Amino acid sequence: MELPSIRTEGLTRTYRKPRKRRWWFKSKSETDEPREFVALEQVSLEVHPGELFGLLGPNGAGKTTLIKILTTLLAPSAGAAWVDGLDVVADAEKIRPLINMVSGGESSGYGILNVRENLWLFARIYGVPTAVAQERIDKMLGVVGLTDKATSRISHLSTGQRQKMNFCRGFITDPKILFLDEPTLGLDVTSARAIRAFVKEWMKEKPNRTMLLTTHYMAEADELCDRLAIIDRGKVLACDTPANLKRQVQKYPIYELSLAPGASSWDGASNLPGVHSATATTTPTTVELKVSLLDEPAIGAVVQSLVMAGGRILTMKKVEPTLEDVFIELVGHGISEVSQE
Amino acid sequence: MSFKLFFQAVQARTYPRIAWLFRSNSWMIQETVLPVLAVSAFAYAYRAMEAPAAYTGFLVLGAAMTTFWLNVLWGMGAQLYWERDSGNLELYVMSPAPMTAILTGMAIGGMITTVIRATAITVAGVFLFDVPINPSSWWLLVLGFVVTLAALYGLGMLFASLFLLWGREAWHLVSLLQEPVYLLSGTNFPVSILPRAVALFASAIPLTLGMDAMRQVLFRTTGLFEVWIELSVLGGLAVAFFFAACWGLRYLERRAREEGKLTVRWQ
Repeated sequence: MELPSIRTEGLTRTYRKPRKRRWWFKSKSETDEPREFVALEQVSLEVHPGELFGLLGPNGAGKTTLIKILTTLLAPSAGAAWVDGLDVVADAEKIRPLINMVSGGESSGYGILNVRENLWLFARIYGVPTAVAQERIDKMLGVVGLTDKATSRISHLSTGQRQKMNFCRGFITDPKILFLDEPTLGLDVTSARAIRAFVKEWMKEKPNRTMLLTTHYMAEADELCDRLAIIDRGKVLACDTPANLKRQVQKYPIYELSLAPGASSWDGASNLPGVHSATATTTPTTVELKVSLLDEPAIGAVVQSLVMAGGRILTMKKVEPTLEDVFIELVGHGISEVSQE
Repeated sequence: MSFKLFFQAVQARTYPRIAWLFRSNSWMIQETVLPVLAVSAFAYAYRAMEAPAAYTGFLVLGAAMTTFWLNVLWGMGAQLYWERDSGNLELYVMSPAPMTAILTGMAIGGMITTVIRATAITVAGVFLFDVPINPSSWWLLVLGFVVTLAALYGLGMLFASLFLLWGREAWHLVSLLQEPVYLLSGTNFPVSILPRAVALFASAIPLTLGMDAMRQVLFRTTGLFEVWIELSVLGGLAVAFFFAACWGLRYLERRAREEGKLTVRWQ
């Protein structure tokens, strides 16, 4: 069986709150306060080669902590993690040539250098030959629309342009495993879309590439990820494909039908075989009928019954749950409610 | 560890410093004219006291070598701390390049830029104050200079790792190390004037023995010890500082990974 690209087992990370240097006096609240903060708790995950795996969670959920451990920047407090089969603590030096990371909102680079020079510098520390680096830099700058800024000093770039440059930095070393931590954070819609399109294309280019993406944008996770883990307060609450996760929160298929006003034909819908429940809301222009089915084929009988009773169907659609619904079901609140805190 | 990658990383990290030399226009005034002005005050004082002409030469050499000390403190010691706050440090640590290569690149870049500054100060000082240049051996002078720089930048690499661990307190330490070292290393006077015990203590600072050796060669004066003894001690210090820096970096990385200090900024 193929070795997982990333594996974690009971991974835990705690941070110690710094001790206040007042040895002569401690208030009661100070002594009662727990000195340790758990950022990651018993996280066990597997990401397979060729997979684009997402970590979805609000700010402070532990996504970045997990990435820092996997990129060998942070030691776990307990548990273990392997990247490409190598232990992140014992084999950190062997892991580093295989990986790269891009963090949304990072401000790395040297202001005195221009975009091309900064990217060249960070390619050189991975041993990328200058000619190869320049070729990749040209390609990546084209992808993010920064070609005309190649010779601009990065101290003259906007925050978004700087973020695009850092996005390029992650790809010019052609890593086997790439970690993207909120790569589209704060980018405009067009740039974010271009970046998502490139990420998909990059994954298709070589089948053994693996990407771990953290985001708190539901749509981004849904669009990009083969599988994703929902993480909150350091714990993984669920891990599956987006489709399976959505299925978990919807026990019965739901259809929404808009009927012409005055229709009362929906009355009997809930009594039809295969129908779990049917509810209607009357608006000035339509009657909105929501039908929950025990068996999906029963929708045919519902439509037939409505038409036979003289009802006129204006629109009909199957309601798919969103990742937001999944998140609310698992966490108990929406992702934006926490992100805005 | 691949030597090719080591040298590539050294080249990469040297580059921003060299670029700064050509792209930053203010350094010539700040770092050449101002030190020469500071030297002038002492030079006129020595002239008024009818001190030997070599004393003005001591001053000029002291001013030139001080730029290296400042570069070691601010350009090396405090640099990793700055790199962390700007987000570069985690990229360096995460890369396959060894951190010693990154520090070596910083050191070489710093040396190149500072040599140019120091040369400008020396040339200005020599012409302005008519300093007599008559070294007993040019080779010994060059050797003394190279060994002094090796020891100074070895110390800088050691500072860099320690300062990162100490965080914000490092800034205070840099300031604390600045003025006392001017005094102890004899920037503006021959260090042999200091009480013997103080001079011996000050010999642990590479600047002290380095300047004393170069002054002995340049102006044919007597110093604290024989030149060859001073150069040997400096060579030993260079090796000791380099290995201590390598050990410090390994220790630092392990502790910083455990405590999360590689990624936590502004502390």
